[in-house]
Amino acid sequence: MALILDDLTVLLGGGPLFAPLSLTVEAGEVVTLMGPSGVGKSTLLALLTGTLDRAFTPRGRVTLEGRDLADLPPERRGIGILFQDDMLFPHLTLAENLAFGVPRGEGGGEGGGNRQAARWTKVEAALAEAGLAGQGSRDPATLSGGQRARAALMRTLLSQPRAVLLDEPFSKLDATARARIRAFVLDHVTARGLPTLLVTHDPEDAHGRVVTLDPPSIPPDEY
Amino acid sequence: MFDPKFRPKLHPIPRLTQALVLAPVAAGILGTVLPSLGWMPVIGARDWTLAPWRLLFALPGLERAVLTSLTVGFLSTALALILVIGLLALARDTLWLSAARRTMALLLAMPHAAVALGLAFLLSSSGWVARMVSPWATGWVLPPDWPTIQDPWGFAMVAALLVKESAFLLLMALAVESSLDSVRSGALARSLGHAPGEAWLRTVLPRLYPRLRLPVYAVLAYGLSTVEVALVLGPTTPPPLSVLVTREFLDPDLSRRLPAAAGALLQLGLVVGGIGLWALGERILVRLARPWLSAGPRGRDAPALRLAARLGPALVLPLGLGGLVGMGLWSVTGQWRWPDALPRTLSTTTWSRQADALAWPLANSLSLGLAVALFALLLSLGCLEAERRSGRRPGRVVDWLVYAPLLVPQVGFLFGVQILLLAVRLDGTWIGVAWSHLLFVLPYVFLTLAGPYRRLDPRHATVAACLGAGPLRVFLVIVLPLLARPILAALAVGFAVGLGLYLPTILVGAGHWPTLTTEAVALASGANRRIIGVYAILQAALPLAAFALAVALPAWMYRDRAGMGDPWR
Repeated sequence: MALILDDLTVLLGGGPLFAPLSLTVEAGEVVTLMGPSGVGKSTLLALLTGTLDRAFTPRGRVTLEGRDLADLPPERRGIGILFQDDMLFPHLTLAENLAFGVPRGEGGGEGGGNRQAARWTKVEAALAEAGLAGQGSRDPATLSGGQRARAALMRTLLSQPRAVLLDEPFSKLDATARARIRAFVLDHVTARGLPTLLVTHDPEDAHGRVVTLDPPSIPPDEY
Repeated sequence: MFDPKFRPKLHPIPRLTQALVLAPVAAGILGTVLPSLGWMPVIGARDWTLAPWRLLFALPGLERAVLTSLTVGFLSTALALILVIGLLALARDTLWLSAARRTMALLLAMPHAAVALGLAFLLSSSGWVARMVSPWATGWVLPPDWPTIQDPWGFAMVAALLVKESAFLLLMALAVESSLDSVRSGALARSLGHAPGEAWLRTVLPRLYPRLRLPVYAVLAYGLSTVEVALVLGPTTPPPLSVLVTREFLDPDLSRRLPAAAGALLQLGLVVGGIGLWALGERILVRLARPWLSAGPRGRDAPALRLAARLGPALVLPLGLGGLVGMGLWSVTGQWRWPDALPRTLSTTTWSRQADALAWPLANSLSLGLAVALFALLLSLGCLEAERRSGRRPGRVVDWLVYAPLLVPQVGFLFGVQILLLAVRLDGTWIGVAWSHLLFVLPYVFLTLAGPYRRLDPRHATVAACLGAGPLRVFLVIVLPLLARPILAALAVGFAVGLGLYLPTILVGAGHWPTLTTEAVALASGANRRIIGVYAILQAALPLAAFALAVALPAWMYRDRAGMGDPWR
């Protein structure tokens, strides 16, 4: 139940973007990845989700629960991601946003109608957990920043990921909401025993073990 | 933005699109070059000779025709560009810009032929303007004898093109400007002491123009080679080159096709040379303007400039709108005696009498317009989705390819296209006409859609994929709904462009598929003004309805979604 990065880096124009990274994130553990801006933190996350820009070439190995991720498309990797913007889909209601990622084959085990009902029951429960009980029909644009952040987390958790990536998810929240949302998110991912990689450049956001992403020892253009 | 190995390939669609557009253009040019050198086996011409060129240069009035084309093309493009720049730079904070923007969107929807007919209503010697000022101001008891439209210099054509093209360029410029952070750079320049107009000219224009270049070239190419505007408003003896060439092509004497092909190439050369000349002019201007860019602030904008920026739209907008109102009025006129300013009686007789005659062209306009716009939309979506999935940077090459049919003059390759379609037995068929329309509709649809598509936040797709959605579901459930507005706008633009096409419909359709546009242009020389009014107003009303739908439909669909605000603002 661990996310393992083995000698991982990304090549751009022949040279590595950052020094090769080896790291094991255990189930229920939060590891903070820090590094100066421009070192390639977001690129690393894109590599993990399988959405790396074609200009980059990945090197090294990533396994999740023992499975090599290299040959899996993003939708089958079981990796959830939260960005600094909540990225709730603006054309869907709050509940539709949450239901988007709930697997269809789940729940009930009986007829299709029951399965549908089971999915919406899960959505309703998740809304309640986010303090948004009964507000599923709302337009996401009308929610507060904190509500949106909680809803986005719930959407990710409902899709039953096997690991979670956090891409500076608290940096756009105001100071009062920030501490509460941070606790909310970290409590939820650890309670579910998910390996979690938190990427940030802000020491205040750091949690658990801190790992630094370093520039390569030899600058890329001298490779 | 996606790792290519996980994405189902959509390669065939971009290839197919390029083939559908480039094959006819290339074949069309070839099918024009060969006859111009005496090779056209279909009519028994098999001698390689320069005789077609000698015949062309022997045509009476050729130099004059070329000169008219050049005057019209350059003057209309330069004036339209100056007007747009003036409006953006100096009428920024005035009501003018917002009013002009709305009105211009209206004018953009109207086909060239409709604008030209409207202008003819207004400006002809017995037209509305003359009626309003006669006889009290002019002393005219009868319509004056001298030409106000179809003037020998082509100024009436320039006026019509100015109305249409300044609308096109303004909306293109606004779309580009929205991505340039122009408000803040303007504010910064003003805080350094520059007057508002100069601030815009120095900080925004140098970044805006490079991305406005292709539309400007397309406008220049159109002005240098338009047929339908020339048929309505242009001089007749001699007409501009495009009309001269078209006449030769339509001559029942098939041997005239050879000098016609030479003329089409001359027209092509005129456009290529014209664009080259314009590009040279750009460079010279840039070099001259360089020191001025970093010159210190002068305090105030020149009053003459400010006046011109207001005067331009104040002249152009009434011309466009007046024409529209004039056409509508004339179509329901019962009796309107010279020099009354308004009709004495109104009646719907013209409409009811024309109903039968209208049905067939209307049906053709609708079927061609809708089918072609929809097909162009599907191709554009396919190309853009393929681009998104492959993660390829949007290439400028792609944009140039798409623009090809707009930069090559219609007369320069449509005759060759006709021959190509003859070979595959599609000449004179609905499919053939639709294909020829696609060449001109696709660029506009693609360009309307490309900007919003490429600006779509890739994180939406990443999040959706990480929630377990495959590529097809991401496209259908996330990408399409998020782009509902630009998709509908692209459809409306495609419909409007297709509706206004004249030359392809006439040439490829071989007269079998009359549309509102071909009928209206055919009626322009001489027929009853009331009947022209009916055709012209319908021609203007259909695209306007399409645009209204394209705005209203997403507004209604997303009435409860604040996050789906109008991306055009």
